[in-house]
Amino acid sequence: MSRAPSIARHAAFALLACAALSGCARLQPWVKPYERERLADPVMKLQRDGLSDKHFEHVRDVREGSRGATGVQGGGCGCN
Amino acid sequence: MAAIRGLRRFGSLLARMLGFAGGIAAIGGAKAVDLPENRADLMFHGYDGGGVRATGPALLVRKNLVDRVSMSASYYADIVSNASIDVVTQASPYRETRNEYAVGLDYAVRDALISLATSTSREPDYRADAVSLDVSQETFGGMTSVAIGFTRAKDKVGHKDRGFFDNASHWRYRLGVTQILTPRWLASVNVEAVADDGFLGSPYRAARVFGAAVPERNPRTRSSRAVKVRTIGEIADRQSVRAEYRYYWDTWDIRSHTVEAGYARHFGEQWLADAYLRYYTQDRALFYSDNATAETLYVSRNRQLGTFTSVGLGAKLAYTWKRIPGRYEVRLHGALERSRFDFTDFTDIRTGSPYAYDANVMQVFVSATF
Repeated sequence: MSRAPSIARHAAFALLACAALSGCARLQPWVKPYERERLADPVMKLQRDGLSDKHFEHVRDVREGSRGATGVQGGGCGCN
Repeated sequence: MAAIRGLRRFGSLLARMLGFAGGIAAIGGAKAVDLPENRADLMFHGYDGGGVRATGPALLVRKNLVDRVSMSASYYADIVSNASIDVVTQASPYRETRNEYAVGLDYAVRDALISLATSTSREPDYRADAVSLDVSQETFGGMTSVAIGFTRAKDKVGHKDRGFFDNASHWRYRLGVTQILTPRWLASVNVEAVADDGFLGSPYRAARVFGAAVPERNPRTRSSRAVKVRTIGEIADRQSVRAEYRYYWDTWDIRSHTVEAGYARHFGEQWLADAYLRYYTQDRALFYSDNATAETLYVSRNRQLGTFTSVGLGAKLAYTWKRIPGRYEVRLHGALERSRFDFTDFTDIRTGSPYAYDANVMQVFVSATF
């Protein structure tokens, strides 16, 4: 008895998924490579100096209870 | 002798990485993403706060070996003199040195950059070795960059009187997505899960139970998650603002929020300045107690696991000293951060007041790209 609503739900989900995916297919990159000059400026870098970032991460790692998701590659301080 | 052993270890790591480089350089490939630029950094860093002073040199060199392979090698030293509140109330101040050596290899293939790195860290009573693999892939016409990474680390935990007596293992899994939103605006999301197993405390640290000092007892497993969102945008010619937020939670019941906002700008052709404000707050671990009033399986008075807030104000300045376009560039850098830590449930037993301290972080370094 409960099968019909379940099939209807699956069909609706499949329809929505198709609609969403077809929407994605039409999406094109809207910032062209020649428009990215300003993003290459050092002021627009989320991380600029790897060694400096690593030191700040180490200082925080050993003093705070949190770790991870800093964006600094490798991660971890390897110390006690 | 320690220096010779360190050099040998470094040489062995280097040889292994060069072997790997030779192998992958032989593999053909199409046009690839840009490798990180050739660069050398020489830094002197310092931390001074809460009775702890840590200073030392650090060095990083990165060089393209062949057209699709880049190699990096780094050395980092921490010379620590510790007279923190834990030490002055429980033991004698001490000095020790930590040396860390790392080598890494980056391989660019099509729109992906594959990075393999290994590091080894040595202290008299702690050793840590880690291997990490990161892959970043550009997609969506170069507007989106997806990065995944994994680190496996193994530590040996020691005590100055007992020698090495236990181990700790760490697994880190990370995922990051950076998205260009407009020609002047981008955003990123980073997620990282960390799992630890083994001895996760300090054999020297004491907890307090009914006012008496007892060795701390930490769980032998810990699992954490962190999510960070960042955005940066150009607000005027060669000036940018950025904002960051991170939420962290783990199985020890620590929850934290980190908020950071920054501003960067050029002054003329040679100067680049940054200023930022960082706010951090965390709740204590389940088994943390300033002075436990019940006997429990786990107990710790490690203030890193307590309830506290910290506020930091930082500035960075870079000066382009020499530049020959297309050949090399040499920059001089300085960075300073002042922060304040306020603990809610960690009593300074010398005064009976909640503990607080100020800290300074300093860096001066030279970088050269070539």
